[in-house]
Parts: sequence; structure tokens; C-alpha cells
Amino acid sequence: MLNLTREQLLNGAVVSTLLVLSALALFLDEPFYITLVTKVTILAMAGVGLNLALGLGGMVSFGHAAFFGIGGYVTGILASHALNEELLFTAFGFAVFGTTNMLFIWLFAVLISALAAALIGYFSLRTQGVYFIMITLAFAQMIYYFSIAWPAYGGEDGLSIYQRNQFFSINTLDPLSFFAICFSLLLAVIFLVSRLKNSHFGNALQAARQNEQRLAAVGIRPFGIKLTAFVISAMITALAGALFADLNRFVSPGMFSWHTSGEIMIFVLLGGVGRLFGPVIGAGLFILFEYYLGGVTEHWMLFLGVMLLTVVLFARGGIVGVLAGEVKHD
Amino acid sequence: MTDKILNIKNLVKTFGQLKATDDLSLDLYPNEIHAVIGPNGAGKSTLIKQICGEISADQGRIEFLGKDITHLDVVARARLGLGRTFQISSLAMEYSVLRNVMLAVQAVQGSSYSFFKSIGNDQVLRASAMESLKEVGLENRADVCAAKLSHGERRQLEIAVVLAQQPKAFLLDEPMAGMGAEGSKKLTGFLDTLRLRAPILMVEHDMDAVFSLADRISVLVYGKIIMTGSVAQVRNNALVREAYLGED
Ligand SMILES: Nc1ncnc2c1ncn2[C@@H]1O[C@H](COP(=O)(O)OP(=O)(O)O)[C@@H](O)[C@H]1O
Ligand SMILES: [Mg+2]
Repeated sequence: MLNLTREQLLNGAVVSTLLVLSALALFLDEPFYITLVTKVTILAMAGVGLNLALGLGGMVSFGHAAFFGIGGYVTGILASHALNEELLFTAFGFAVFGTTNMLFIWLFAVLISALAAALIGYFSLRTQGVYFIMITLAFAQMIYYFSIAWPAYGGEDGLSIYQRNQFFSINTLDPLSFFAICFSLLLAVIFLVSRLKNSHFGNALQAARQNEQRLAAVGIRPFGIKLTAFVISAMITALAGALFADLNRFVSPGMFSWHTSGEIMIFVLLGGVGRLFGPVIGAGLFILFEYYLGGVTEHWMLFLGVMLLTVVLFARGGIVGVLAGEVKHD
Repeated sequence: MTDKILNIKNLVKTFGQLKATDDLSLDLYPNEIHAVIGPNGAGKSTLIKQICGEISADQGRIEFLGKDITHLDVVARARLGLGRTFQISSLAMEYSVLRNVMLAVQAVQGSSYSFFKSIGNDQVLRASAMESLKEVGLENRADVCAAKLSHGERRQLEIAVVLAQQPKAFLLDEPMAGMGAEGSKKLTGFLDTLRLRAPILMVEHDMDAVFSLADRISVLVYGKIIMTGSVAQVRNNALVREAYLGED
């Protein structure tokens, strides 16, 4: 007999909802709704990334926009060079143009964000609490202002990508195909995080959140564990940024702004800190509010704020906590 | 002497005006239980913290297994084999009892960067954590969340964790505190056998335990060791009676 926990049932329901919504949109011939569900999928992935740092490691990063933006800009820059046949750089006598191959773009997005996260994390993780929040914010803001001031890739105006990038021979401009790519990646990423969570590494990481003194006393250095998690977390958020760029076929400095960091954090807080599918629910509700309430009143953020406050004050485990109960470690 | 497990020389630590550790020298031999006693605020916990690296000494030198560890951090000292328990229990409170011990076992294995090795299905890890729990008599509480444990059980769990670390010396900061008469008696019996695995440097207020266990006792007053000697010597020392035992 299958013996599923309430949380597993809820996760199944979340996955089914996304699938059903996209199928419904296809059936009703409303491609816009497929795009909307795709957006939820991508933003959820950004949240899943942050959740690894915040939920499992207790690192309240208010600078994940940096990685989301890096993913986006790597996509924009590589694609624009390839499409305009402009030289990107020369290395060892090889002229490197951009690429429109998603696989390469993802690879670069993930690698470059990993480097950035290693650097940012190396300095930020020497601080704790509010200082950590502020220093991660400061790093992201630095990149934000840099992106505005850098004219080569559009500066303040951002950068358009005229075509969606290539994924094997799939027509990525077809909304459903692109959704399928994003959705599969989201599931893969969640699977990865769930494996990490239950691994020896995850055991140390979650112990670091609870009691660093204990971790150090048994001979595991909290800094290394947390930095590693921070880097992996950034890589996931950067992958989401790359997909977001392809979804909109446009990147702008806004991806780096603190609003973006705040929104990613809202997905996590709303859905449930440290819960695997929490950010999916969080991002879903956010988009629901933005589109439906946003159509009725421009003050939709107020309602979102009230909801967030209610959840944070009265339901520590977010929506997942309310629906599936407290976390249990075996 | 190279067979000293721990060799502390001329340690000094000041907090502002206060000399919490005042030119303190102390050592620990194989299979020995060396107890440190002294009134509250004498600097006992401060001494333990300097030995395990949680705070750094202002002056002096700490050797462990013949190696100068004065400038190593907590993690490096733990890896060399210093196992300590905290005066106030310090555990991963959201984890089960078993999982707290598993953390120590994986630290010994050096597997904390195994990203995909599942913690739940790792029977070797579980079994070896369970061994430590059995030794302290917590095996029936293995699946209970650490936050739900009684005060005394938390003390037991601290001991189980440090056993799992397989240290080469134990540093125990008031292990009997809050254990109750029955618990203290059991723990006393257990520590008596534990010394065969590795020597124990123990801070303790429970004089019955100290007098029945200790091979040597150092008496600490205002950061200074006023005497080190056998149980009989300490018992009969007038200075000690005046400074400490008289008040008890
Ligand atoms: N971090 C600190 N800063 C300032 N004073 C401290 C600190 N830690 C301990 N002390 C002081 O040092 C003295 C020794 O403390 P402690 O080692 O905890 O004593 P004991 O464990 O023997 O009761 C006390 O007077 C205490 O107030
Ligand atoms: Mg003390």
C-alpha cells in the first residue's frame, strides 16, 4: 500500500493543479494562461533556490535578486551576441560568440552565479542575523546599479532577446512546449533539493540552522556547509532567472532590484519556510493576487501584505504548514 | 613528558578587569579522571571553553596529544579528538534524539559533504548512533524530538553525542547538573568505566561524584589553581576547606 503523508498529498495536488491549469488553457485556446502558469513555475523555482538557503540553512538572504538577475543577463548577453553575430570575447585564439542553445546558456548562468555566490557568501556569511540580511542586500544593490550604469547591454532600458533560445528541436516559442521545459526543470530541481535535504549534507545544514555551536563541537565547520548551500541555492535561482529571461524575451535591471529579492522571499514565507513545495504555492498565490486582484485594484499589494502578515504571525509553517502540519524530522 | 594527553601551561584570560584564568597550568594523563572544582564564578567554564577553542586564551599554551593547539579553532580541536559537553545543554532541538547523535557519527566519518547519501536509509549510521544511545540508556527515546526531552535526558543525550565522537579526551562541564540523585549515581558508574576509553577532565559540583571518581582534583579559586592533589589530600587541606568546602 502507498502510504503518503499529508504533505506528499498536498505536493501531488500542487503539481496536478499546474498541469490541469495548463491543459485547461490549451483546451480553451488561451495561451496567455499557459504563460501565466509558466511564470508561476519559474518564480517558484527561484523560491525553491532561496528556500534551500533560508529554509534549510537559516540564511535569510535579501540579495537573491543578484542571482536571478545574473541568470537573466547571462541569457540576454549570450543570446544577443549570437543573434547579432557579435564577438563576445577571444580566449586562447578562439573567437567566442554567444549561443542560443539553452543547455549552454543554463550551464553558464549556473556557473557564473555560483562564482558570484561564492564571493558574496564568503563575505556575508561572516556576519549573522540582520547584518547578513543587509550585506546580501548591499551586494545585490551594487550589481543592480552596475547593470543600470553599464550601457553595453541596454543600461536602464534593459536588453531584448528577439527569439526564444533553442532546446534541441523543440519549438520553444510554443507556450506549452516552453511550459513543459520549465515545469520539468522545476520538478528536477525540487527532486534535487529533497535529496539534498535528506542527505548527510542536509543533516549538517539543518543542524547549522538550529545550533552552530553544536555542529562545530562535533567537528563540522558550519561556514563551509552554509557557504556550499548558499552557492547551490544561488545556482537554482539563477536557472530560474535564465528561464525568466526566455519567457519574457527581455531582461532589465529590475531583475536585480531589491523588489525581486523581496518577492522571492515572499514566495518562501507565504508557502512555508523549509517546505519543499512551499515556494510553488507561494509563487502561485502571488501571481493569482497580482493578476486577479491587480486587475480590480492597484492596491493589491496591500492585500498580499495582509495575507503575508497573517501567515507569518499565525502560521509559522506557511500555507504548507497550515495544510500539512508541522515539519517532522525522523 | 610526552604521555600527557592534555598539557596546559600558564594560561591567562581576562575579561576587562577580571582575571578569569590566572596563570593556570594543568594536565591530564591517560585513563585518568581529573576533576576541577571551585566556587561559582571561579572560572571553570572559562577554562573548558579555552581548552575546546570556543574562546581564545590571552596567554599560555595548550598541548593536546603532544601537539600545540593553542591557535586552532573549535572544529579543528574537535577533529583532533577533543570531545566536550556543555554546562547548559547545546543540541539541535528540532532533531530527534537519534539524529543528534547521527550528526556526530557523520562528523567522524567525514561524510558531511555527501550530497545524495540518504540519512534515513543509512543503516550503518543509525546503528552506530544507536550504540551510543544504548550506552547512556536513551535507546527508547531515540525517535523523540530533542526539545521534548527532560532536562536530565538532555544531559544524557549530550553524553551520547560526545561518545559518538570517539574523542581522545573528554571535557565535561558539570555533567551531573540537574540529573537528580538516581541519574547522578548511574552517570557516576558510567564515567568510571568511560575513563578506560579516554581520560576525562571534568568540572563538577557534585562532591560525592567527584570524590568517588577523581584520580586527581584541582581546586580553582578566582582563576587560580590553589592546589592539585588526590581526593584525600584535597579533603584534608585547610585552605580548600576554607575557600570552598566550608561553604558547601
Ligand atoms: N564572556 C565573558 N565576558 C565577561 N565576563 C565573563 C565572560 N565569561 C565569564 N565571565 C566571568 O568570568 C568569571 C568566571 O566565569 P565561569 O568560567 O563561567 O565560572 P564557573 O564556570 O567557574 O562558574 C565569572 O565572574 C564570569 O562572570
Ligand atoms: Mg560554569
